[in-house]
Order: sequence, then structure tokens, then C-alpha cells
Amino acid sequence: MDFISILSIFVLACFVGYYVVWSVTPALHTPLMAVTNAISSVIVVGALIAAAAPVLGASGTTAKWLGLGAVVLASVNIFGGFAVTARMLAMYKKKEKK
Amino acid sequence: MSFALLAAAAAEAGHAAIPAWVALAYLVSGVLFILALRGLSSPATSQAGNRYGMIGMTIAVATTLVTHEIASLPEIVAALAIGGGIGWFIARKIAMTDMPQLVAAFHSLVGLAAVLVGLAAYLNPQAFGIAGADGVIEVQSRIEMGLGIAIGAITFSGSVIAFLKLAGKMSGSPILLPGRHVLNLGTLVAILGLVAYFTQDQSGWVIATITALSFFIGFLLIIPIGGADMPVVVSMLNSYSGWAAAAMGFTLHNSAMIITGALVGSSGAILSYIMCKAMNRGFLSVIAGGFGADAAAGGGGPAKEQRPWKRGSAEDAAYMMKQAESVIIIPGYGMAVSQAQHALREMADTLKKEGVSVKYAIHPVAGRMPGHMNVLLAEANVPYDEVFELEDINSEFAQADVAFIIGANDVVNPAAKTDKSSPIYGMPVFDVDKAKTIFFVKRSMGGVGYAGVDNDVFYMDQTMMLLADAKKMVEDIVKALAH
Repeated sequence: MDFISILSIFVLACFVGYYVVWSVTPALHTPLMAVTNAISSVIVVGALIAAAAPVLGASGTTAKWLGLGAVVLASVNIFGGFAVTARMLAMYKKKEKK
Repeated sequence: MSFALLAAAAAEAGHAAIPAWVALAYLVSGVLFILALRGLSSPATSQAGNRYGMIGMTIAVATTLVTHEIASLPEIVAALAIGGGIGWFIARKIAMTDMPQLVAAFHSLVGLAAVLVGLAAYLNPQAFGIAGADGVIEVQSRIEMGLGIAIGAITFSGSVIAFLKLAGKMSGSPILLPGRHVLNLGTLVAILGLVAYFTQDQSGWVIATITALSFFIGFLLIIPIGGADMPVVVSMLNSYSGWAAAAMGFTLHNSAMIITGALVGSSGAILSYIMCKAMNRGFLSVIAGGFGADAAAGGGGPAKEQRPWKRGSAEDAAYMMKQAESVIIIPGYGMAVSQAQHALREMADTLKKEGVSVKYAIHPVAGRMPGHMNVLLAEANVPYDEVFELEDINSEFAQADVAFIIGANDVVNPAAKTDKSSPIYGMPVFDVDKAKTIFFVKRSMGGVGYAGVDNDVFYMDQTMMLLADAKKMVEDIVKALAH
């Protein structure tokens, strides 16, 4: 993809983000933060590429270990973020109808 | 533009052509992340939204693994398992009162992961398709990489400080270094200058210095900010972690990362804005730091003369609330500190059985992060349709028989409406003074809120002070109600 296509995706996604986040009810702002935490760990894609690459020379080895380290950090966030969000959301209950 | 054209454009730009289905898969996961946030517009749809998020992440990870030659599968599986296990364990064990620290800690991990990915891309650019066979990295990628590492490093060190302050492992009061504005600005200019220089010279020292300076400035930026402003800081770091992911997405030409980064970045920015507005503070003045330092030092202006106030008992409160038609409960962070939410729900249940209408009123800055108080009440099984936001309930105080304030202070201070010299002037507050009777649960008369200002509500004719630990007081009221 050329730079302009990427930039277009980015700018449009900023607008989508703006409208979607304003529609989030304030009661769910804490789960919002937890889930944005989890999804921003999509950076794991970059970490996996670095960790999976065939090793070429000494800097390649370092790059692989940095990548593996990033995979660990990002997966703490992915699993932790989604799990804690699910735990919080399960607590929100409506009034029981009598 | 068709995918064939996109692929051709990518090939022209020096990138290996990405198969169309791969680009589509990342796009699908980006859209699923949008749906994950969209689900949070109501508690009813939120759990489905969270599942969309998980599916989106699975698609992104699987696509990456399938489309890359993997030289080290066992290590990668081990890394995923270790990280995932730790994350899952923490998520299961964490107490809801500790959510702000947890979120700050998670932000720091996103930041550090961005730094590691950026450095790995620098060391092995061929793997990321951003360099020719000669190892010379494309100029555009150098800028993206430099900025991504810088934002990631700032997110990391800033979040570590925020975590330490929120967890009480470091004093919440602002630490003010002399000449800090000049120092911060100088460091920031140096980082940007180095990123510009990096386009000309891809030596290791340049990227190492950018990384080190960014860690340093993240630390400098957060230490002068006081505990009261932490909700803004946590939201702001949320935003940074998004921009860091987006910058890495630019480097990798990955639409899932760019869409997510933009979503998270705007989410954090909007939350910071909401928090600032709820405290009537300018974003820049929060970032400049120092709030709360003057109050701690000067005691919030000259001490007022002793004014008479009335002390109530648990029995008084129980009697009055049983007679009431409507009670509005205003919980603050003090309630969470003394873990009174379960006893409070029990009190509300008993009152409801007596035919009293009970509502909860929550200020946007109650707790230590946006929406924190709502989670704590939800944990105590308070139905979410009994919990109201400031603007939705404020008009109801005039008809309310009882306002029951527990662990809150600044958010009910009428000085915010009337006293132009007050540090909290202009902050939106609850009109509790319009209620017929006010019960104010507080540990002692001495303590003041975060802003360090006296509260006229203490001395009003219709106010009864219930001086005790919040949990103990509410339990006593529950007992008295049973009689």
C-alpha cells in the first residue's frame, strides 16, 4: 500500500473512533479502557513478524529476542485485557423485574 | 482502487506485494475492533462487543502466523503461552478497586512492546520489508519507526509512574523539579531533531538516544502531576498507547494496527477531554502539573472560623430514610477505600423493601479513572439502571427527601457554583443543597477533599454529619433499619 492509502485509512479511522467513542455510555468507561488496552496489543502482529523472521547475523538474533519479548508483553495485554473486560461486563445487571 | 492496483502500488514502493486476502483479513479484524467499541454503547450489547474484539485479535494473529515463514515456532508458542497465562491469571485475581493501577500497568506493556517491535524492525528491516538487500532502511519508514519508538517509550515510562502513584507505591503529591518546563521542552525538541537526523543517518546511536530520551521524558512528564489528576493521566496514556500502535502500523503497512491505533488514540483523547471538563480544568494545566501542591502546602487558604454543625447517628439516618419517599446516594472514592459498596447495596435493598425510591448519582470524576465507580457498584450487584450520571439526575435533588453522601466531597461542594476564588470554581457539582435532608458520611471533620477546600454543606441546617468509617456506618444503618 502506498503512503496516501495508509494515511486515508488512518484519518478515516480517527473519525470513526471519534463517533464510536462518544456513543459509549459513561457507565462503561472503565471497560472501554480495558478493552482498548487489549485491542491496542494488536501490535503483537509486528512482534510476531520480528520473532518469526529467519535469523541473519548477530543483529538478527537480537531482533528475534526483542520480538519474542514483545510477543510476551502483548499477549499479557491481550489475554489480560479481554478477560478483565469480560469479567467487568458480566457484573452489569439490569434491575430484576418483579 | 482495486486490490490489484494496491498491490502494484505496494510493489512499486519497494514492499513485497501483500496478497489481497491478507489485506482483507486485517481489514476484517480492524472492523471487528470497531464493533467491539460500538458494543459498549449499552451494557446489553457490551458482552457481544467484547467477543467481536477477541475474534478480531484471533484473526490478526492467525493471519500473521499463516503468511510468514516461521523459523521459530516453539519459541513463539511459548511466548504466547507465558504472556497469555500471566495476563489471564492477573485478570482473574485483580480486585475491582485496583482497576486503575491495572490499566496503567497494561498501558506500560503496550508502550514497551511498541519500543521492542520498533527496535527489532531497526535491527532486522528485511523481515519487515522496509529495506533493500543492502540493509538501507527507507526514509519514510525511519520517520515512522523513530516516532513509534518515541511514543512507545513515553507511554511506557509515563505509565510506570502513573502505576506507582495509583498503587500508592509512590507519593501521589506532585514532584516539581525546578526549570521542568524548559527541560521537558528541550528534551522534546531533541527527540524530534534526532528523528529528523535519523532520516540521514541510520546509525545505532541515533535510535538508542531517541529511545533513552523518550523514556526520560515520559518519566518527567508524569511526576509533576498530582493524584487528583490521575484520571486524566490514565486516559492520556491510553491515547498514547494507541498512537504508538498506529505508528507501528504505518511502519508495517498493516490496516488492522492503523485502525486500532486510531480508535484507541481517539478513545483516550475523548476520555481525557471528558475528565478535564468534569473538573473544569484545562488539559494543558493538567499536563503542566502541580495541582494539589499549593493546597497541601497552604491548607487551601486562610482557615475559616469554627462554624456549628450537627452530628447524626446511624439510628437518625435509618429513621429519616425509612420515612423518606426518595433517597439519592452519592458515592465517592472514600466509599471504595473502605469497601462499603456491598453494605451500601444492602442498605438500599432494605429501603426499597420499605417502598423508598433509591437512586445512585455518579460524578464523572468519582473514583480514580473514568467509570470506576460504576464498576464498583456493578460488582456489588447494584442494577445499572438505578445508577445515574450527573446531568441526568441533578434536577431531581429538589424533589429528593434525602441526599446520602458517602466518601465524596468536592463533587457536592456548592463553592464550585458560587465562590469565584475557590480552586474548584466552575466544576459541575451535584445540587445536594436542594435536598430536604443531607447525610454526610465522613471519617472526621478535619479531612478535606482532594482540592483542599472547606465545604459549606457540612454546616447547613438540613445536614447531619455521620462521622465514622463508611463501611461501619452503613452497616450500623442497616442494623438500625432492621428494628
